[in-house]
Amino acid sequence: MQRIGVFVCWCGSNIAGTVDVHAVAEALKLEPGVVFSTDYQYMCSQAGQNIIKEAIAEHKLTGIVVCSCSPRMHEATFRKTAAAAGLNPYMVEIANIREQCSWVHKDMPIGTEKAIILGKAAIAKVNLNAPLTPGESPVTKRALVIGGGIAGIQTALDIADAGFPVDIVEKKPTIGGKMAQLDKTFPTLDCAACILTPKMVDVAQHDKIRIFSYSEVTEVKGFVGNFDVKIKKHARYVKEDVCTGCGDCVSKCPMKKVPNEFNLGMDNRHAIYIPFAQAVPKVATIDPNACNMIKNGKCGLCAKVCTAGAIDYTQKDEFIEEKYGAIVVATGYNHISMDKFDEFAYNQSKDVITSLEFERLTNAAGPTAGKLLRPSDGVHPHTIVFVQCVGSRCDACAEKGKEYCSKICCMYTAKHAMLTRDKYPDTDVYVFYIDVRTPGKNFDEFYRRAVEEYGVHYIKGMVGKVVPEGNKLKVQASDLLSNKQLHIDADLVVLAAAIEPDKSARPLATMLTASMDTNDFFTEAHPKLRPVESPTAGVFLSGACQGPKDIPETVSQAGAAASKVIGLLAKDKLTGNPCIAHSDEMMCNGCSSCERVCPYGAITYVDKEFRMPDRTTAIRRVASVNPAVCQGCGACTVACPSGAMDLKGFATSQIIAEVDAICK
Amino acid sequence: MKVSYFPGCTLKNKAKDLDAYAYKSAEALGVTLEEIENWQCCGGVFTTSKDEIATKLSSVRALKAANDKGQPLVSVCSACHNVIKQTNYAMQTDKDFAFKVNNYLKEDGPYNGETEVLHFLELLRDKIGFDTVKEKVVNSLKGKKIAAYYGCLLLRPGKVMRMDDPENPTIMEDLIKALGAEPVVFANRNECCGGYVSMESPALAAKKSNAVVENAKAKGADMIITACPLCRYNLVKNGADIPVVYFTELLAEALGVKEDNK
Repeated sequence: MQRIGVFVCWCGSNIAGTVDVHAVAEALKLEPGVVFSTDYQYMCSQAGQNIIKEAIAEHKLTGIVVCSCSPRMHEATFRKTAAAAGLNPYMVEIANIREQCSWVHKDMPIGTEKAIILGKAAIAKVNLNAPLTPGESPVTKRALVIGGGIAGIQTALDIADAGFPVDIVEKKPTIGGKMAQLDKTFPTLDCAACILTPKMVDVAQHDKIRIFSYSEVTEVKGFVGNFDVKIKKHARYVKEDVCTGCGDCVSKCPMKKVPNEFNLGMDNRHAIYIPFAQAVPKVATIDPNACNMIKNGKCGLCAKVCTAGAIDYTQKDEFIEEKYGAIVVATGYNHISMDKFDEFAYNQSKDVITSLEFERLTNAAGPTAGKLLRPSDGVHPHTIVFVQCVGSRCDACAEKGKEYCSKICCMYTAKHAMLTRDKYPDTDVYVFYIDVRTPGKNFDEFYRRAVEEYGVHYIKGMVGKVVPEGNKLKVQASDLLSNKQLHIDADLVVLAAAIEPDKSARPLATMLTASMDTNDFFTEAHPKLRPVESPTAGVFLSGACQGPKDIPETVSQAGAAASKVIGLLAKDKLTGNPCIAHSDEMMCNGCSSCERVCPYGAITYVDKEFRMPDRTTAIRRVASVNPAVCQGCGACTVACPSGAMDLKGFATSQIIAEVDAICK
Repeated sequence: MKVSYFPGCTLKNKAKDLDAYAYKSAEALGVTLEEIENWQCCGGVFTTSKDEIATKLSSVRALKAANDKGQPLVSVCSACHNVIKQTNYAMQTDKDFAFKVNNYLKEDGPYNGETEVLHFLELLRDKIGFDTVKEKVVNSLKGKKIAAYYGCLLLRPGKVMRMDDPENPTIMEDLIKALGAEPVVFANRNECCGGYVSMESPALAAKKSNAVVENAKAKGADMIITACPLCRYNLVKNGADIPVVYFTELLAEALGVKEDNK
């Protein structure tokens, strides 16, 4: 028989406001096995934990029930308390009388009754608990960073600087991500390339970092500390280790009408290309969809001019398998398609552009060498209209856009407006906004400067229609503050398109069994207290894959994710979860039902000798659970037809005892 | 295929072409339009006030009649279609409204929005298929540059009409392509023509109409098609100098069933 102690927490008034905690403690005192029961204001506080420790010693408790908040919140706390008092931590049960009781009820008698029932269930379970000891697993001291934008770059550098090897997998031919496409960065207006490219070079030169560019993760197996990852390296038809990046092949390539994705299709590149001058790795890549040699075997000019002999038209996709201890997701963002927002005539006029396109138009390395010229006719625009929140904060039209605020647009639009007025004072600049949201260090000052020093016309209201007419864009908009309809003849319209997670994020989340929200942003383990960890152990989040973020925030999060990875890789062994499945070999008939449902591949079959009642020996095929791989999800226990599979700490008998206690 | 058909009052007066060519084209495509018996005015405008039911009753009668025959209800006038589809949506989603309407009408058996409501364009796209339309074309309209004018009512509110993207529609452009002509996409194709404002402020309506016509012409259109009698009225009255015709007339012409019925 267990000797059980019951500890009812008030959680200030969170629980005590709707649950009569004294009555709960008194009622539970009468349950079988209970030898001590009390209540206290904050059980998780030092004083509360001391009450538990003292009771364990004084009453020689063999199990405890804490009636408090969700086990997600403080189960670990109370397990540590129990362990400090010499009790096996798995002899602790939590009855959740806050989230599942006091917070959802208004009526004290109902709340109290339910709390007592939940307490009784936990007591019934503890009566059947047995001490458990977690197993240990080794840690592969290598990290994988998926995505080579500023988030991935910073995370990789920080991990590598701590001495752990890191691999970056980037799907594009170069690392650098969106930041490499930007012109200036807010709020200090330093040039993006000047602060990013040194970091890219650091990555390339770091002896602990390997870059797999033009590559994708195709398979992830294993678990925290022991991931097995398959990486597909796309054929770039150029030997990476031989190419010197001289660019001779590029200038000779006759296929020069391929839309240049780095400049968002505003100019053309060759079929063999280096995305931009500071690309890392600086090697050429052949676009197989555009190359004549690869498509129909005619040409081969690049191979002829390459003095290094780096061109290889027969190159095939390559698969790399590697083990990692931790995985960081840094897959970033894209802006949404403007197809559903044709009131702004994006598909009808070349002079309606997105903010990222504007960024390329003002970039010295962009299609116009940094001169602000209209895409349609190359003329300098004299009236520019910026439209904010295109597809953001779109709750009335969720089918078109996104309900959330994309967060970065107010600041980059202020930057664009200010830079335009600075370089071209003869240009009239209008910004239409719903709200201007500029929290952040030196952010609001930045926006005020755009308005007060640079004379940008900020107008509260939205643009309703853009009509291309002649060489003008007729903009119809509302000015909400003066309650007027405005008609502006603009030369250029710039749309601050909402941002969304990269399309590669969803399949990756499936591979990683990492959770996502309804917008396909990765979910953090706790929105406030564990912002860079995924709920899936060993998977960490860096940058805009978790939510819209600017560069300062991305870099801080990247560093935070790196520190979490370093903390993990610094350990030699990981303590596992002892609440895992085990099979009763005497009952198992080797049917394979459990193996089929196991999402982790933790179950294998072994042939085992059994002594039969008549003293003969028989060999039977039985299930065997790999304790290092099992995550304790319990799918096998449900699938097992003979009742041989059970989950330690959540045995069928324990759950039935809980149900019985509730239904009594 | 047989479908229930709701013409609407304008189609029997000012917009006879829209109606007559709808019949002829449907017939050429193997669809029989069965006019609802004793149909009444659709209500003209779908009022958004929640407690207004009287103006929506006639639409419900038509919907119920189609449902009794187990047929989809097809209409061709933008305004009628808008009122009928919105009313049907209200019958599906607003229990309180449906309860009151059913109580008032006392038809045999309740009606809760079961009827499939189709615009004639949807009938062409979803039931007949533009590919089939293309096969049946005898007078290809090749070489014509035609602008499709949607107006405000045909596609909005998008979440109820569910016909096409209200800001970037393709349904009429796809029809124009199927008939062999070249569609002209212009920004003002889903802007208001001036609507009923033409009664109170003809100058304002003229401004709106002219903006539509000028924009279509600037994009190179030599003809405008529409599904809405009021749009056509405003555009023509305010001096459109390119032809503005109903899409059914264009369809009938391409299918070789257009005769002079004036």
